[in-house]
Amino acid sequence: MSNAHDMLFRTLADPTRRALFERLCREGERTVGALTVRAGVSQPVVSKHLGVLKQAGLVRDRHEGRHTYYSAQLGALAPLVDWTREMAGFWQSRFDDLEDLLKRMDQ
Amino acid sequence: MKETSTETRSVVVEREIAHPPEKIWRALTQPHLMEEWLMKNDFSPVVGHRFNLRGEWGGVLDCEVLVVEPNRKLSYAWNFAHEDPAYDLKSVVTFTLVPTSAGTQLRMEQVGFHPDQRQAYGGAKAGWQQFFENLERLLAGMN
Repeated sequence: MSNAHDMLFRTLADPTRRALFERLCREGERTVGALTVRAGVSQPVVSKHLGVLKQAGLVRDRHEGRHTYYSAQLGALAPLVDWTREMAGFWQSRFDDLEDLLKRMDQ
Repeated sequence: MKETSTETRSVVVEREIAHPPEKIWRALTQPHLMEEWLMKNDFSPVVGHRFNLRGEWGGVLDCEVLVVEPNRKLSYAWNFAHEDPAYDLKSVVTFTLVPTSAGTQLRMEQVGFHPDQRQAYGGAKAGWQQFFENLERLLAGMN
């Protein structure tokens, strides 16, 4: 396994950190404060986890006024995704769209 | 099955579709229709024609038409250039249309994935499986 893989696995191995990352994936951009509310750990701990996620390229931060907003960088997950499985899913979903189109072509 | 570093893997998606091959062929080869189910493109059903597919995520695929057999078979190169060999993809996509009593058996085969372009799910520890499932759902929803 390459270093990139090692780094991703190590970064996401911690369940609290992984939960923070999943939340950012689901909910979009969030501040440290907003993330702390449901994290079950203190703000400094959340900040520390976000720092590790940022180092691994999994999140990006953006400063606006007194707030720092964090967002998930899904591209960084690419090494973890099995291409063939991902592509099979891609084509299944394209076929769904194709069938929708064919129905509309009748009208 | 033994895998060597030169061997490639393929993705096959097959589906029986309740429409005649001629109609599916139009959806597979007319740019404005292709855009509705696949991606923005400058396709033309001429062997040797080079074109791009542009994904909504900003990715651009370099393609070239390889086989055009109207209503039966369409094949084109589907390449994604990337400096990291793990993402660099040179593949060929082939659509095969076979008429059936109910419509058409449509088959898509994409060939050219290298074994090293595969993430070892097998090494994942407990907890990873769920994470990957969530991840796949997330990625599926992003298409």
